[in-house]
Amino acid sequence: MARLNPDNLAHAEELIALYPHRRSALIPILHVLQEQDGYLSEDGMAHVAELVGLEPVEVRGTASFYDMFHFEPVGRYLVAVCTNIACMLQGAYRLLEHAEETLGVAPGGTTADGMFTLEDAECLALCGNAPCVTVNWRFFGDLDPPEFDKLVEDLRSGRLDGEVPAHGTLSRVRRRHALTAGGSAGSASDQAALPNAIQPESDTPESQGPDLPAPGTHLDLSTRRSTTATAVVDAKHLESPK
Amino acid sequence: MSETNSAVSQVADPADPGVVVHLRKPPVVTASAVGTAPPRTPSASDTVTVTIDGRQVQAKAGEWIIDAADQAGVYIPRFCYHPRMKPVGMCRMCLVEVEGPRGSTLMPACFNPVSDGMTLHTRSPKALKAQEGVLEFLLVNHPLDCPVCDKGGECPLQDQTLTYGPGETRFVEEKRHWDKPIAISELVYLDRERCIQCGRCVRFADEVAGDALIDFAERGDRTEVAVFPDSPYSSYFSGNVVQICPVGALTSKPYRFKARPWDLEQVETTCTSCAVGCRTVVQATQGQVTRLIGVDSDPVNWGWLCDKGRFSYPDASDAGRVSVPMIREGDELVESTWAEAIAKAASGISAALRFGGGSSVGVIGGARLTNEDAYVWSKFARVALGTDNVDAQLGDGLPAQTVLGLPRATIDQAAAAPLVITVGSDVKDELPVLYIRLRHAVLEGATQLVELNTTPTGLSPYAADTARYKPGELAALAVAITSKSEPTGPVAGVDASTIASIRGHISRAGREAGPSGPAVVVLIARPSLAENDEQVATAARILAEIPGVAFLSGLRRGNIHGALDMGMAPGILPGRVALDTARSYYEHHWAAELPAEAGLDTSGMLVDAARGHIGALVLLGSDPLVDFPDADGALRGLVGARFVVAVDTHLNESVRRADVVLPAAPWSQRRGTFTNLEGRVSWLGQVTSPGSAWPEWMIAVELAARLGVDLGYESPEGIWAEIEKLSPLHRGVTHEVLSGPYGRDGVVVPVGASGHSTAAVRPLDPMADPGISSAERHKVAASSLSYGRAGAGSSSAMKPAQPRTAQAPASDSGPDAQVEPATPPLVGLPPVPVPSPSKPAGSAVGGALTLVTRRKMWDGGTAVQSSTYLSGLAPPPVLVANPAELAALGVAEGEKVTVSSAKGSLTVAASADAGVARGIAVIAWNLPGGRVGELIDAGDRLNFVSVEPGGDK
Ligand code: SF4
Ligand code: SF4
Ligand code: FES
Ligand code: FES
Repeated sequence: MARLNPDNLAHAEELIALYPHRRSALIPILHVLQEQDGYLSEDGMAHVAELVGLEPVEVRGTASFYDMFHFEPVGRYLVAVCTNIACMLQGAYRLLEHAEETLGVAPGGTTADGMFTLEDAECLALCGNAPCVTVNWRFFGDLDPPEFDKLVEDLRSGRLDGEVPAHGTLSRVRRRHALTAGGSAGSASDQAALPNAIQPESDTPESQGPDLPAPGTHLDLSTRRSTTATAVVDAKHLESPK
Repeated sequence: MSETNSAVSQVADPADPGVVVHLRKPPVVTASAVGTAPPRTPSASDTVTVTIDGRQVQAKAGEWIIDAADQAGVYIPRFCYHPRMKPVGMCRMCLVEVEGPRGSTLMPACFNPVSDGMTLHTRSPKALKAQEGVLEFLLVNHPLDCPVCDKGGECPLQDQTLTYGPGETRFVEEKRHWDKPIAISELVYLDRERCIQCGRCVRFADEVAGDALIDFAERGDRTEVAVFPDSPYSSYFSGNVVQICPVGALTSKPYRFKARPWDLEQVETTCTSCAVGCRTVVQATQGQVTRLIGVDSDPVNWGWLCDKGRFSYPDASDAGRVSVPMIREGDELVESTWAEAIAKAASGISAALRFGGGSSVGVIGGARLTNEDAYVWSKFARVALGTDNVDAQLGDGLPAQTVLGLPRATIDQAAAAPLVITVGSDVKDELPVLYIRLRHAVLEGATQLVELNTTPTGLSPYAADTARYKPGELAALAVAITSKSEPTGPVAGVDASTIASIRGHISRAGREAGPSGPAVVVLIARPSLAENDEQVATAARILAEIPGVAFLSGLRRGNIHGALDMGMAPGILPGRVALDTARSYYEHHWAAELPAEAGLDTSGMLVDAARGHIGALVLLGSDPLVDFPDADGALRGLVGARFVVAVDTHLNESVRRADVVLPAAPWSQRRGTFTNLEGRVSWLGQVTSPGSAWPEWMIAVELAARLGVDLGYESPEGIWAEIEKLSPLHRGVTHEVLSGPYGRDGVVVPVGASGHSTAAVRPLDPMADPGISSAERHKVAASSLSYGRAGAGSSSAMKPAQPRTAQAPASDSGPDAQVEPATPPLVGLPPVPVPSPSKPAGSAVGGALTLVTRRKMWDGGTAVQSSTYLSGLAPPPVLVANPAELAALGVAEGEKVTVSSAKGSLTVAASADAGVARGIAVIAWNLPGGRVGELIDAGDRLNFVSVEPGGDK
């Protein structure tokens, strides 16, 4: 995996156009790169460096500050088990040990079939449903070991494809608008042509299938725009009796 | 409410570090910002009163607290702060207690400006506790490698821990571990365990050098200085990060484990690797140079050195070092003695003089000499050899009269001029620290840059306008940008709008120029060694008509400006005067007859030699086979010269062909003075003993003696005294001046011409440049001017038995005013050269490309190739051309091509660069594995090459 593909390159240029300085678009573009490959490859970071006018080492230096950027290939599903205090009190360590056994890898490891990467994480902000995990940054709360196994099974079988996007997809909502005042926004395609057209409230969401994002397709996902909303929606899955 | 307001306005204050923006691209400079004082330089009226530790002191408004305290003699401990970089407030070592309306607070002194009425405490219990805490924290993960660390003994962390540290740690956990050390470049090692994350190295790389190839990665206790995989910290300035690292985290390969600081002998001197003349201390142990540290000279280098200057010091382990005289026996050079070698050299020269007179001898080279050496050789050539065939340049520079006659600027003036125009040179490769200064000036908005160059250079990203003109058409471009009328169409391949924009810059500069200092500074250099100097000389003369213009010479070789000032050029005599106007003056003072006519330059001497007209040729620290832009012409000249004497430090290719080799003392082993490209004269110190080598002046004195002439010199000081007396250029620049407070910054000659700085000289700062303090503590001699120890050849032993000439200078006899000729005038503006129709443009056959060649910092030259550490840094030769050009040839990136001219051919890899115009082939000068000089005919105005796919045709 390597440089940004043509669609993502075009998206990166749109992001760059949102800011007065090219380098300001660095983090958003890194998310696009991570969506593409699941992690930040060296070639990819070098490409981003070219785009924003930095040296590759500066890109890596910035990215490596953040735990949510990965520098090695990850599995199709990135499973992060929270071990912070609320979850710990609710059996997070038991859950983590169980996850290690089920998946057969230690935290940081990826299963041989490339399906799962296991991580331990600090507070994921779903303390109310402790212990919890995220899969590709989608929430699953109130997990005990059997539920964890069922989750793994559902993921393997593709039953959750509608809920859990491809690895690396941080947000299903792509921001294409600058946040300063400007003209009125038209349709999504107009906005691409007018990068400075502003209407933060009308950010146009894009659909995300289980595969790589398909720019240009639009789907109203506005109920998922807040973390809480997303959490509630995703956690609902677990409320169904087993 | 009012408090809120004041807080807000403080944030918006331009002096507030919170809004310091590190710009990577030249900022758009508004007219009002140009030519005014830099933002934080207050005028005399902005003085504020600050109470530091109970003492009231005056400080400049807006000055950082740490600077104000330094001025007041109060030392505040520090790590990340460096006086030549923007502060970041990263290490917190400089916390001081500042009294405020709501009680006192701790503030980093490097990151907060003084304000009127401020009361601060640097040694209060609160401040001391903070300093202890910071040090304890910095030491949490520090490995305490002191006994095996290069920095041990000169380490700011050691020193400040002793003075300000708690003496104990509460940290009992395991410290972090890293591989140690890792090489982050060919020259620099990084030990991450020792790093205290001050960010000096990272900031230097980005902010000062513009090569952001190192950066912090990760965060918290995992923070490390890192390079990107497979992308080493290959910067021309990498040694500076070793110099300024306040701990032993960054060490240099050449110095690693070589010495302990307290064993070093050291002396302050000037780097002579190029014509910038950076101030430095050179440190040695057991007779070997081990290290150079940049000295902060305000008008020149600000403490920085380039890696070539820093690491190419002479070393006994150098490949091909000459340390004993050698004479030719058949095909071989064999070791000899000074007596035998000098006698042989003298007899070869007198034979030539007997047969052909002065015009049959010549001296090539002289740029590595000190001013004193050059003066003596200049006089030796005229008086003892009776020739004016002397040239310190090797056909690769500019006409001497152009360099000497144009009005000069200083580096400071260039950095403050509304407009700088660079012509020809790639300053980053050729005059590296000048690149740092100019880049800084552009980024600060103090000046704007216009580049006239055929190909991209290291400064191109900072240029407001770039004219990529067609090789060979510089003069036409110069006319277009200076003439009264706007051009109607493209000139020299540059479109009319670019020319109009450059013309706009020139008139803007004229409007914005201050009352003192030039409006426009032109850095003039040879655009390509595959093109003769006619175009650039003409262009210089045309640009000299710009109102308020001054020039910086882009000649790069060591003391070339000193050599030219001392008359090491045909038709020029010491003191920047012409032979025809100064003949009677020097005939009077030297009591000898001088050559009737101007002699030959290097090119002329080589041509004459090839025709068999040169009986004896002296190579004075020069290597024409490699440096003359026509390898074939140089070879024919050396073969044709009947007798060749080489005076050099290394056995270069030309020296290997000599009949007699006389070992010259390298830079660290001699004293004297140096003149940089501004005309700034500074003193060179000697740190190691010369062994069996002699300084060049001594060799000239001895040769002269064998030729029956007593030059009568015994020391560089004596020679300088004569120069100061006779040279109209050096009047007033006495030893006392040079060794006084201005010694560090040097003196620009002629004194008063450019108004030399009378600003206070910055003291050596061991916290900014660790290791430098020991230069004060362990100075070799109390004064670098005392010449206590003579070298191997004591001067008294060198007195000739029977001097033929009378007492040399008339000085001691008190010259009769009636007899003494008037002091000659300095060389003036050169005449506008008439293009010589005789010079062919070179034959451009169909599909041929114009060859452009310039120097790289790491090349095949002796300084780089003789050093174990540097020889591998020279890149392989490549042909750089426009991608369309390569496509037309059907050549892919990296593929081999054969480049041919009438003179020869060369196989190199091809590389595409869209910044290079069509029709041009760029090959760097003199790289190992491919010498482009073999393709060049120095007689041609331009050189053309044909390129074919495939190697070794
Ligand atoms: S390596 Fe040295 S200069 Fe660089 S951050 Fe670490 S301590 Fe500072
Ligand atoms: S820029 Fe020139 S004078 Fe300065 S350190 Fe480099 S070689 Fe020496
Ligand atoms: S502690 Fe686990 S989500 Fe907050
Ligand atoms: S914070 Fe002031 S010197 Fe580091």
